[in-house]
Amino acid sequence: MMPQTPMANDKTLLRMEDVSIVFSSPDEADIEAVRQVDFTLTRGKTLALVGESGCGKSVTARTILRLLDKNARIPSGRILFSPGDGETTDIATLNPDSTAMRSIRGNKISMIFQEPMSSLSPVHTIGAQIDEMILLHENLDKKGARARTIELLEQVGIPGARQRADAYPFQLSGGLRQRAMIAMALACKPDLLIADEPTTALDVTTQAQILDLLRSLRDEFGMAMLFITHDLGVVAEIADEVAVMYLGDVVEQGDVFDVFKSPQHPYTRALMSSIPRMTRRADRQRLNPIQGTVPSPKNRPSGCAFTTRCPHAFEPCAAVRPEPTGTSENHWARCHLLTDPQAPRVDGLIQPKVEGGSDAYQGDRT
Amino acid sequence: MATTDTQNLTKPVAQPKTSKPTLSGRESQFAMTWRRFKQHQLALVSLWIVVAFYLVALLAEFFAPFDPGDYNPRYTYAPPQGIEFVFVEEDGSWTWGPYVNGYGTEIDPEAMRRIFTIDEEVRHPLGFFVESEPYMLLGIIPMSHKLFGTIEPRAPLYVIGADRLGRDQLSRLIHGTRISLSIGLVGVVLSLIFGVIIGGFSGYYGGWFDSAVQRTIEFIRSLPTIPLWLGLAAALPQNWSALQNYFAITVILSLLGWTELARVVRGRFLALRTEDFVTAAQLDGASDYRVIVRHMVPSFMSHIIAATTLAIPGMILAETALSFLGLGLQAPIVSWGTLLQEAQNIRTLASAPWLLAPGVVVVVAILAMNFLGDGLRDAADPYGK
Amino acid sequence: MLGFLVRRLIAMVLTIWAVSFVAFAIIQLPPGDYLTSYVAQLSAAGDRIDPQTIEALRERYGLGDPFIVQYFKWISGIVQGDFGDSFEWSAPVSELIWGRMGNSVLLEGLAVLVMWLVALPIGIYAAVRKYSLGDYLATVGGFIGLAIPNFLFALVLMYLWYVYFGQTLGGLYSPEMANSPWSIAKLLDFLSRAWAPILVLATAGTAQLIRVMRANLLDELSKPYVVTARSKGLPEWRVVLKYPVRVALNPLVSTIGWLLPTLVSSSVVVSAVMNLPTAGPLLLRSLTTQDMYLAGAIILLLGILTILGTLISDLILAWIDPRIRHGGM
Repeated sequence: MMPQTPMANDKTLLRMEDVSIVFSSPDEADIEAVRQVDFTLTRGKTLALVGESGCGKSVTARTILRLLDKNARIPSGRILFSPGDGETTDIATLNPDSTAMRSIRGNKISMIFQEPMSSLSPVHTIGAQIDEMILLHENLDKKGARARTIELLEQVGIPGARQRADAYPFQLSGGLRQRAMIAMALACKPDLLIADEPTTALDVTTQAQILDLLRSLRDEFGMAMLFITHDLGVVAEIADEVAVMYLGDVVEQGDVFDVFKSPQHPYTRALMSSIPRMTRRADRQRLNPIQGTVPSPKNRPSGCAFTTRCPHAFEPCAAVRPEPTGTSENHWARCHLLTDPQAPRVDGLIQPKVEGGSDAYQGDRT
Repeated sequence: MATTDTQNLTKPVAQPKTSKPTLSGRESQFAMTWRRFKQHQLALVSLWIVVAFYLVALLAEFFAPFDPGDYNPRYTYAPPQGIEFVFVEEDGSWTWGPYVNGYGTEIDPEAMRRIFTIDEEVRHPLGFFVESEPYMLLGIIPMSHKLFGTIEPRAPLYVIGADRLGRDQLSRLIHGTRISLSIGLVGVVLSLIFGVIIGGFSGYYGGWFDSAVQRTIEFIRSLPTIPLWLGLAAALPQNWSALQNYFAITVILSLLGWTELARVVRGRFLALRTEDFVTAAQLDGASDYRVIVRHMVPSFMSHIIAATTLAIPGMILAETALSFLGLGLQAPIVSWGTLLQEAQNIRTLASAPWLLAPGVVVVVAILAMNFLGDGLRDAADPYGK
Repeated sequence: MLGFLVRRLIAMVLTIWAVSFVAFAIIQLPPGDYLTSYVAQLSAAGDRIDPQTIEALRERYGLGDPFIVQYFKWISGIVQGDFGDSFEWSAPVSELIWGRMGNSVLLEGLAVLVMWLVALPIGIYAAVRKYSLGDYLATVGGFIGLAIPNFLFALVLMYLWYVYFGQTLGGLYSPEMANSPWSIAKLLDFLSRAWAPILVLATAGTAQLIRVMRANLLDELSKPYVVTARSKGLPEWRVVLKYPVRVALNPLVSTIGWLLPTLVSSSVVVSAVMNLPTAGPLLLRSLTTQDMYLAGAIILLLGILTILGTLISDLILAWIDPRIRHGGM
């Protein structure tokens, strides 16, 4: 078996190890929104977190900044953050409103959100909102902060930055707002930028511009980026690595080329075949939507979460949680099909050899 | 947060599945509202309190031990007796059964005035359905029994005290309840008629009529109502009979009180006008009248009921304030407001604090109606504000 | 901004004009005209009036002319500061009302101030600590505050004060201070008496403001920009005060528009109960004696006061909300 996560090296910035997140409410049973998530973020690289709505992508991202509501807790797992000063902090153990956590927020890890209109305060100018971030973390006076703000606004490609700094969000277009949001996130030169569906609310041309901007800024600042999206097209465009989430589990993670070329988890395969491809008319195939609907986390099988919708589910799936199985360097998936010698054979998966011969295919069995 | 967002989004979709499908839209609307209302504990309790209030108001003659005008100079400002249920005899044995103590009098040597004492020696047993002077219940049913009273006729009975003429405060309070509650109800019904007609047409037809009505409503709502009410009430002729006075005050109250109801009705009409089922009815060739009465009114009945319930307390408070200031209902009509007028003098109040009893009743009634109205509104529109 | 301002000013002038119509209609309501009652009053007192005076008065008020002519004479007098005469006080109305209107404005202004100062922190607390004991108490207190008629509250307060301290609450100034110019001593004297009516007047409004603030803030607290503010690394209290509270203030400012009519109404009643030298008791007295020019003037001025207050709240709203200031809405 390959190591669970790639070996930590000096470029590793943040490691999620086996993190679960539980929401409790007074009148209902606790809900485990995210269970045992692990991934690694590397400087200069982008990890895309992909999955359907409600699979726990945003919850995972917000947990890194401890931005979840009071009813959320992290019963197990570690979030190891090594910003490069030799010290490693376990974010999971910090108090969300503590000084330690707040000096990370905005300063070392910053975040941009899906809806640039509602994510910016409607009653403050964008300049004031960016200044605040700089004044909070940097040793600058108001004038210096404003100069930095204007510089940032220019850097993210806002024309007439000096005047635009005094504009209110409702006076800007969606694309400009998102640029302002990005400028704010970069104000303190963070080590990690978390982008929570930053292009979903924008039209297609603006989307492409924002993605270009993010990519070039990442290279310029040398930061790591965690990019959350449900759009596989966007993933292909921006990510170096991809982690696929389903119902609170990371089911597959790896180099973006590997995963796209040979997806190893049935859910990833289903996702891939549900997006249209540009092909000649004769080669077109019908789209293959995933059967069934996402069950609520309450009804999640204790084993693999995808069991209820998986076309290849067999005996251990519902009860036993599959361990991450490496299929090539920097690529692993959690699936029994990849480890169990008794598993049904599926085309394209890297499955273990069955002892005693090559024609031992048995199909679904007990 | 992400998870709570999705939960909120799925809720409205999931909700209708749990309600039983019925054929008639009107029935299911009411059934759904009632089912949601019943989950509101406070509103449900308030409903029973309000029902009890109106029952007392309806059968005031039966509940009140005396006529509100019965006076007895011997018992001017007699303090409350309170009802005792157990008497401990000298030999230590207990006698059960409700009774009130008699009064004794002393002269306060300093103030040189008569003060009452409760005489523990004298006991006047109470009974249910005791005989009384014959009276007409609801004005039509001849009766000669009261709910309760002293078994010996002529014994003093001032459970919550007497006023300056020695009239029984409890009996007056019960009769006052009838007037105050009915003024609230009649006033709201009048407002409702204005509100539904004006608001309904305004919302249904839109255009210049709607804007004219809207400006009028804004105008009326931007004015302080009490001075206007006072001005209107002051113009009532002094020689009008009690009944004329009563109706005139009701009309005056609803002259300024219809705006809120009209606003609610108009809002619902505007929302409904674009609904498919209304368009469908119009395309079927139904007349305006039929579209409004058969299709639109049933679908916002519960909203109107809720808004109406919430409007009653305002009416009651307005009547109470006007009468208290002496420009509303006039004696001999007994209402909560005219009763509280007796409590205006602070020195009198200090020696006879039971004159404030109507105030307690007002607060309880208003609270219950507010809770009831809130519950109804939430039940009628669970996704509203 | 300018367009907003002009629209509001035009609306205000139209509303004031409509109020003046209503006030004049009320003047005209009682049966018989003003002069007849005036003459009857004087002759009952044994005075004789010479017919010339009567004729002059008839001319001045346009009595006997159509409604609209009388209205015109009345309103053009008012524009020049002449509100007509009070026959009960045998003095021009304008001499009687300004001091009392000043007290009304003072009292209502202070009540609005107290409402805000009390309701803001409680409303914020109730929203931030939703479903806590404090929130629950604020809700219950709010319901009770709304259900107690203000005159009853005033009575109970006066009763308790009398029973426990042996003094009557009432008035705004002690007799020796009433006519002296404003000084620290007079201010303290004023505050030692005015707290009671201010408390009574502010209670219902405070209850409503708490409800509005709590609901607004709960809406705002779940908005994404709050998460953004948190993600900047601001301490929680600064996040709440600087962003959602600031945004929730806007709708709260516009509540003055519907709070003020109720407040002016209550101050009439409360002033009557507590015997305050404001416009309220004067209005009540003028109505009972059918001194209609005085009553009409007070009703008109109270209406204008309300409308001006609403205009001020609109201006504050425009000032603090950039979306209105820059014509974004």
